[in-house]
Amino acid sequence: MTFLNFFISGISLGSIYAIIALGYTMVYGIAKMLNFAHGDVIMVGAYVCFYAVARYELNPFLGVVIAMMVCTFLGIIVERLAYKPLRQAPSLAVLITAIGMSYFLQNTALLLWSSNPKVFPSIIGRGSFKLFDGNLSISHITALTIGVCLVIMVILSLFIGKTKMGKAMRACSEDKGAAQLMGINVNATISMTFAIGSGLAAVAGALLCSAYPTLMPTTGALPGIKAFTAAVFGGIGSIPGAFLGGLMLGVIEIFAKAYISSQLSDAVVFGVLIVVLLVKPAGLLGKMTQEKV
Amino acid sequence: MKAKTKYVPVPSRSILPERDAGRDPVLECVKLGITLGGIKAVEDFNLTIGRTEIVGLIGPNGAGKTTVFNLLTKVYQPTTGTILLNGQDTHGMNTMQVNKAGIARTFQNIRLFRNLSVIDNVKTAMNNEMRYNMLSAILRLPNYRREEVAAHRRALKLLSIFDMQNVADVPAGSLPYGAQRRLEIVRALATNPSLLLLDEPAAGMNPSETADLMDNIRKVHEMFQIAIILIEHDMSLVMNICEGICVLNFGHVIAKGTPDEIQSNPAVIEAYLGRKKEA
Repeated sequence: MTFLNFFISGISLGSIYAIIALGYTMVYGIAKMLNFAHGDVIMVGAYVCFYAVARYELNPFLGVVIAMMVCTFLGIIVERLAYKPLRQAPSLAVLITAIGMSYFLQNTALLLWSSNPKVFPSIIGRGSFKLFDGNLSISHITALTIGVCLVIMVILSLFIGKTKMGKAMRACSEDKGAAQLMGINVNATISMTFAIGSGLAAVAGALLCSAYPTLMPTTGALPGIKAFTAAVFGGIGSIPGAFLGGLMLGVIEIFAKAYISSQLSDAVVFGVLIVVLLVKPAGLLGKMTQEKV
Repeated sequence: MKAKTKYVPVPSRSILPERDAGRDPVLECVKLGITLGGIKAVEDFNLTIGRTEIVGLIGPNGAGKTTVFNLLTKVYQPTTGTILLNGQDTHGMNTMQVNKAGIARTFQNIRLFRNLSVIDNVKTAMNNEMRYNMLSAILRLPNYRREEVAAHRRALKLLSIFDMQNVADVPAGSLPYGAQRRLEIVRALATNPSLLLLDEPAAGMNPSETADLMDNIRKVHEMFQIAIILIEHDMSLVMNICEGICVLNFGHVIAKGTPDEIQSNPAVIEAYLGRKKEA
């Protein structure tokens, strides 16, 4: 039963990684860049949600919606100001800009909200479901996280597969020039990708801080890196890959903490990543790209 | 062999097929030029295309043919000159806006969205005519369904022109070469162009595939009544299908006229075969 307990909390943590990883993987798929500021958007989302709920005493779900709107807007602004001027620049320049943007957001948060950790109120309280005569307990937030992640995956898959915006995104990820010549607004499509990724980051921020309630300006950094790892693990650019990678990373991390050593858990996670990349360099569900000669 | 098109002079000091002469041309290029890396890739390029004309753009390798296409579609912004599309100056427009204004093209090296299904490739090109917004897409409101269903029908109908409706759901990259070329034409047609640019549509095709392609281009021309410019090295195709021919060499137009005129034009012969050595 403890195994099942660990497994469920692994899935829950993995769901959060998966939601964050979606942002990395979609932006990479379409803009071919690694948006390292993504983790810090999570932190901004969590702060907005925190202030909406703790200071202005709004309904927690309304708080999440406000956080999503703020982060969506933030994502679009960051893309417009920091990345759009570098559309033709070498990818290294864009990467460094993204790291710079990450520090910029962290330090702005430090100025605005200070470094004192805030205790994030859980968006649905701290109760839990008891199953099997109380042997298995699943906290409400764990269940909510898993549910939200599934809903997001289903909606996103339908959105990408069945709508004109989704088709435009897939077309842009393959050949921006050809897409433009077919009348697709590439800039708007990239903006939209950032908007969706950042909106999801706000959800991830609220869920993450509900499960692990310490909120600081650096809160987003480590989950951001882990989610990036999850995206690479599943095959960066692939949406099912981000989902699978996120879940596996979460489960491996919790199992490593439970059965090996909590200090070594990150080492185990990254060790598994190295092994996977040695065997499948493109990640679990990634496609090998062939260089055209 | 098809009936020869009668050409008549029009006020812009150009010639057009008799049937198009009374109507505004679909495209007018005036003194178009571009300098790429210090080289005048295209210079003083003048071309008038009638509403339903099929024109071949020919010339030796490096003459600037694809550059002309890139200028028309604003992949490059011209350094000099103007392009009037349906009477509208395209100055300052970008690629996407030019496409909306009526130019669609195919590519010398096929550029399909290889991982998208055949039908999704076509529907991608219809994005502009679909009006629903993100909210109705996420909530799957009736206008989303209605427009998607309509687009799906129209895409299937377009595919059926080339008998491709039964491969609608396979990834475009897995189609055989000839079918990929046909799909590129379908995808371009899906944007509702008034001018279709075909960049070496017969490249890499065997003679029987080329013959099919000719039939297909004629079919498209008849069905849609649009203007077509095609770049091609296969002279039998060009001479057979094009009503007018424009010959480029070193970025300059060296001759314009009907296939018969071009075939006997000394400047064209010289560009292709070289000058006879003076004794």
